[in-house]
Amino acid sequence: MSPAPIVDARAIHKHFGHLHVLRGVDLQVAEKELVFLIGPSGSGKSTLLRCLNRLEEPSAGSVTVDGIDMLDPRTDINKARQRIGMVFQSFNLYPHMTALGNVALALRKVQGLPRADAEAKAQAALERVHLADRADHYPAQLSGGQQQRVAIARAIALEPRVMLFDEPTSALDPELVGGVLAVMRELREDGMTMVVVSHEMGFARAAADRVVFMADGLIVETGPPGEIFANPQHERTRAFISQIERH
Amino acid sequence: MDVFLETFLNWRIVQEAWPILWQGFQATLLLSALVVPLGLAGGVMIALLSTATTPWVRWPLRVWVDTFRALPPLVLLVFIFAGLPFIGLDVGAWGAVAIGFFLNTGAYYGEILRAGIESVPRGQIEAARSTGLTRGQAMAYIVLPQAVRNVLPDLISNTLEVVKLTSIASVVALPELLFQARQAQSVTYNATPIMAAAVAYFVLLWPVVRLLSRLENRQLAGRR
Amino acid sequence: MTGWERFTDSFFNARVMAEYLPKIVDGFVLTVWLALLIIVAGLALGLLLAVLRAFGLRPLNWLIVFTVDLFRALPPLVIIVLLFFGLPNAGIELSGFVASWLALTLVLMAFAEEIFWAGITSVPKGQWEAARSTGLGFVQTLAFVVLPQALRITIPPLTNRTIAITKGTALASVVAVQDILGAANAGVSFSFNPSPLTLGAIAYLILFFPVVVLGRWIETRFAWRR
Repeated sequence: MSPAPIVDARAIHKHFGHLHVLRGVDLQVAEKELVFLIGPSGSGKSTLLRCLNRLEEPSAGSVTVDGIDMLDPRTDINKARQRIGMVFQSFNLYPHMTALGNVALALRKVQGLPRADAEAKAQAALERVHLADRADHYPAQLSGGQQQRVAIARAIALEPRVMLFDEPTSALDPELVGGVLAVMRELREDGMTMVVVSHEMGFARAAADRVVFMADGLIVETGPPGEIFANPQHERTRAFISQIERH
Repeated sequence: MDVFLETFLNWRIVQEAWPILWQGFQATLLLSALVVPLGLAGGVMIALLSTATTPWVRWPLRVWVDTFRALPPLVLLVFIFAGLPFIGLDVGAWGAVAIGFFLNTGAYYGEILRAGIESVPRGQIEAARSTGLTRGQAMAYIVLPQAVRNVLPDLISNTLEVVKLTSIASVVALPELLFQARQAQSVTYNATPIMAAAVAYFVLLWPVVRLLSRLENRQLAGRR
Repeated sequence: MTGWERFTDSFFNARVMAEYLPKIVDGFVLTVWLALLIIVAGLALGLLLAVLRAFGLRPLNWLIVFTVDLFRALPPLVIIVLLFFGLPNAGIELSGFVASWLALTLVLMAFAEEIFWAGITSVPKGQWEAARSTGLGFVQTLAFVVLPQALRITIPPLTNRTIAITKGTALASVVAVQDILGAANAGVSFSFNPSPLTLGAIAYLILFFPVVVLGRWIETRFAWRR
């Protein structure tokens, strides 16, 4: 019997008006596991990810992360979110702050660290994404790949138990993707639990423990990357994979 | 509360003062219909002159525009109305308002239209000229329509301000809405006529304010 | 007297100017005070209303929007007259200075709220999400992430609007405030010579010309660079 999962989402439903985007999804993620969510656009994978830290409010179901019931109104959601790092497709760095300021903000304002301590921690986080020398740069002065790595530093500086990646490389020029994936791989090697929505199939093959294929708001198939890519069981999965491979 | 209603929302007083207020309301509309086109005409002139490339036109024009943007309109109006008669130039209340608004609102409209013209890419003029249109034709058919469209919210906003500004004509005893309301107040010893004037302004201008706040939200969001 | 002599004797009469210069200087100081008090109170109240509106409480927001619309639609002079000449009929007496300050403060508040609010809503949703995902609360996100970005893009429209409304301090002369225009008007009626008006106009130009040029500079500086 494996230990209790660190992320435990059950029977998640999400409606947007008349749209039924998630139709009863279960997702468990074990500690130090890297789970890859794939599927056609509109399949609900990003919505599922955003339900895990309650950026989207699930219409029904339960979400527990690191033993905390995320949907309980008594839960201090801001405290809980500190344990769940998130990286966005469009980086969402604060344009009016330097790289260091971006990383240090939550350390100072949520964790209440004194400025010097927060900045030391932020500097260490920037070092982990190999951008220590860009600490004083504003987002507009950084390349897309560098911005995304600062965004990763902003999340890991809070020492989260889980990291969520929402299409982290989709907005990047092809030559900048490698640097971001390298940082993600290092995180993985350091034992970070990760849930990744992405189309980087090569990265999934090399680094994922498990691939989850979603379509139409449901999980269709799940398994180790080798099996999903080489020998998909469902017709939908097969169609999706062969389409992706062709690119 | 009774005192308040009695003093500010007294229906009997409204009825009593109605003929005076109605005259004022009509005068305000007439005044707006006079000064808005006048200011626009001045504005178009300034905007077209500001496309000149020679500094001998541009700099005096800029000083002219900034002078009339810096002078409070009421100061300008009082100067024309009460100052000029000392040298034998008595233009009367309507004349003073017409001149003052031409100078003041012309400067504002001019700035807005200039910004509009500058927002139209140079390639538009070049494309028009390449098809054989003259400079004037290119301005009239290609540049100005796009310029006006680009600064439409600012033009509407300025027009709203101009209509509101007509209330300063009451200072030179031009019998527009505010002046008439003050007259009615002094006859009735009651503030209701002024309140009625305020309500009239609000009813007249509220739809414009609503429209503007929509347009402005969109404009600022588009700037990012 | 030639036409030119008559002109200079009327508008640039040295004796009259010398006599009324101190009064105009007093009026200048008063105008500056009135303007500063309006700017401080109007911008602060406008920002406060915009922040309150960000909380998204329906009935409160309707009230804010109506208040803002009201003071955008009413001519400032009408508000001043209502406060100064109207309220006494109900037994409330405001000085001309207070009536002018209050009226123009409310007007600036309304315009400032509208501009601040447009700035807040122009900050992309992703900024809220990123901040909330790191555990910042609603108020913290508003204060540290959204407002700084919103304020930056509101600077040009806010500057120009503030200048325009501040020029309205001249309206205070209508309710017997001895500001620049008030002092100049008094000077004209005592001396039967319009030179005090010339002095007043010069005083306004000294006060506002640099501000207008500054506003123009800010507009080009901030507008298209991001």
